[in-house]
Amino acid sequence: MTTETTAEVGAEAASARPMDLLRFATAGSVDDGKSTLIGRLLYDTRSLFTDQLAAVEAVSAARGDEYTNLALLTDGLRAEREQGITIDVAYRYFATPRRKFIIADTPGHIQYTRNMVTGASTADLALILVDARKGLVEQSRRHAFLCSLLRVPHLVLCVNKMDLVDWSREVYERIADEFTAFAAKLDVPDLTVVPVSALHGDNIVSRSEKMPWYEGPSLLHHLERVHIASDRNLVDVRFPVQYVIRPQSTTVTDYRGYAGQVASGVLKPDDEVMVLPSGFTSRIAAVETADGPVPEAFPPMSVTVRLTDEIDISRGDMICRPNNAPAVAQDIEAMVCWMDETRPLQLGGRYVIKHTTRSARAIVRGLHYRLDINSLHRDESAGELRLNEIGRVRFRTMVPLLVDEYRRNRTTGGFVVIDETTNRTVGAGMIVEAG
Amino acid sequence: MTTTAAYQVSHLDALEAESIFVLREVVAEMERPVLLFSGGKDSIVMLWLAQKAFAPANIPFPVLHVDTGHNFPEVLAYRDQRVAELGLQLVVASVPEALASGLVRESADGMRNRIQTPVLLAAVEQHRFDALFGGARRDEEKARAKERVFSFRDEFGQWDPKNQRPELWSLYNGRHQPGESIRAFPLSNWTELDVWHYIARERIEAPSIYYAHEREVIERDGMLYAVNEFIRPRAGEERFKARVRYRTVGDASCTAAVRSDADTVAKVIAEVAATRITERGATRGDDRVSEAAMEDRKREGYF
Ligand SMILES: Nc1nc2c(ncn2[C@@H]2O[C@H](COP(=O)(O)OP(=O)(O)OP(=O)(O)O)[C@@H](O)[C@H]2O)c(=O)[nH]1
Ligand SMILES: [Mg+2]
Repeated sequence: MTTETTAEVGAEAASARPMDLLRFATAGSVDDGKSTLIGRLLYDTRSLFTDQLAAVEAVSAARGDEYTNLALLTDGLRAEREQGITIDVAYRYFATPRRKFIIADTPGHIQYTRNMVTGASTADLALILVDARKGLVEQSRRHAFLCSLLRVPHLVLCVNKMDLVDWSREVYERIADEFTAFAAKLDVPDLTVVPVSALHGDNIVSRSEKMPWYEGPSLLHHLERVHIASDRNLVDVRFPVQYVIRPQSTTVTDYRGYAGQVASGVLKPDDEVMVLPSGFTSRIAAVETADGPVPEAFPPMSVTVRLTDEIDISRGDMICRPNNAPAVAQDIEAMVCWMDETRPLQLGGRYVIKHTTRSARAIVRGLHYRLDINSLHRDESAGELRLNEIGRVRFRTMVPLLVDEYRRNRTTGGFVVIDETTNRTVGAGMIVEAG
Repeated sequence: MTTTAAYQVSHLDALEAESIFVLREVVAEMERPVLLFSGGKDSIVMLWLAQKAFAPANIPFPVLHVDTGHNFPEVLAYRDQRVAELGLQLVVASVPEALASGLVRESADGMRNRIQTPVLLAAVEQHRFDALFGGARRDEEKARAKERVFSFRDEFGQWDPKNQRPELWSLYNGRHQPGESIRAFPLSNWTELDVWHYIARERIEAPSIYYAHEREVIERDGMLYAVNEFIRPRAGEERFKARVRYRTVGDASCTAAVRSDADTVAKVIAEVAATRITERGATRGDDRVSEAAMEDRKREGYF
């Protein structure tokens, strides 16, 4: 690490110029090199602090590692270091002059799939790692499938450990082809493939000289430039009411504002709006923040909306447009990823569904099929979903939910399932259809 | 429709929006939230965001200060000033009082980091707080990098890092039994540099010790400690004057200063951007105890 470049990167990152933010997650099977790749990315972009690096070097040396194990930079828990695997997501941050990045380094071990899902649910992009020696394994397919189910808009397949296969173009192409064929069966809008060596840094920050046959960009180059602005839904106005602001004050009287974060669409003063589930219509009087009114609000802004009419609105209601509204539904069809090891999802099971700012009791009315991750075959005879299993489920809720298809809206289409007896989050649902 | 390029927010705006969302979620779903307020930069920013989240109404919860008895006077004064300005209710969980009552005993090394945990938990129990806002950031430390935005704590206030609740999208599960609680971290995704950029942008006043000033110090374990009623020079340690500032504000007996000429926000930003040492690495004696010091404290119920 040279000090001049450090200062350069630092100075750039310090400029107050607004930068956009890319959230990305790692995925792939255990030991395929996810944490090492993140460590390498942080190291080569000079995002590491000397004390962090010194601590990792000391631990590595004490354990007799032949080289500094960069995976220790994200594997920060005692148990992770003892077992040499990632157990839960680690969030790391870095910036280049072009972008700010939030990284979720997730575990590959099947037992911790729910933590991978946690990290991938908010990602704009997922890096799927595959060990070049092993090729695609079940867990690579599972993670790729989960990324497509979660509709992570951009995927990057990193064929890793190229150093161990002699930088072979043939190995790379075979894995790339196999993955591309698998991805074609999924819903993957954007796929990029890069051959890398996380350990040695090839094609991570700069192009590798070891693989002249590869003509694409380095991983960082891609991360800095991938176009994410149009991933957002700016068409369908969806504003889940989070909290009603009613000051009890002598200076501010008769104030009533609906606070929330814009899920999708653009809200402007004077727009005609409809409030669900009541169906009442009104107009937007003002869109406000603590700094004053704003001319419009769009995702991911947190604002307060005021309406021209006094109508009864509370948390869990949704502001939308009269001609473009979510379904008001009690029968929900969803793909569900089950995350509880103690009790499987079963027909007739009772849960709480948490969806946007609304929660509802729900009963499992149907389990249409369970998916086999490898073959994508649908097992229609399945009677339950166990830990890490994915299936299509029908719920009946006690009160209506205000829903869109997940493929159209990640915020109004996603929900979590909570077990009321343990209070644990036991499932993740992605709405396919509402009736 | 206009081009999508027009509908972009800066990363600071995105972070602010996310934090405000978290603050509102907690208030909407939990019964008795409280905000941990130390007068440190992160809690200052968190309080600022709370003010924004509920404007024009007042902040709808009290603030809690875990007072180790080892304070920087500038920071205490700042705390009281902010509390008065915002008309907040301040709850003080006092370590000196807990020492006097026998709830805790002074540890052998005199550090109060570990013994403040039972004092915090006692206050939580006494006031039946079920949600505690903490200003912890994931970029601070490797155990914190692993924590959820809504972090479940059992009836002993303990964190179980191997068994955290899945947390998808922005659907936070705050359900709990009586006695259990949630720690909520609105600043999870902020970095030290983000905090300073935000302090600059919003023109937030911070305690004077965050800016360069002259102080009488000693050097201990490679760090500069202010000489005050809690830190006396030991044999062989020499007092000298240095131009310093604090990067973190914690217990005054184990928080060190860094050499600095940064006496304005802009200079602090430039300094933080160029520094190669983490804030806790540079200033915290308490984190140096062992590799997993923070994880162990968190398991016991620390913030
Ligand atoms: N030779 C070689 N070894 C690598 C490479 N990338 C990672 N490794 C090694 O592979 C092993 C596993 O790496 P990790 O980064 O911990 O794997 P992971 O994917 O994060 O594993 P989990 O998080 O537990 O799923 C370590 O010993 C790494 O040093 C590479 O490009 N080449
Ligand atoms: Mg890992």
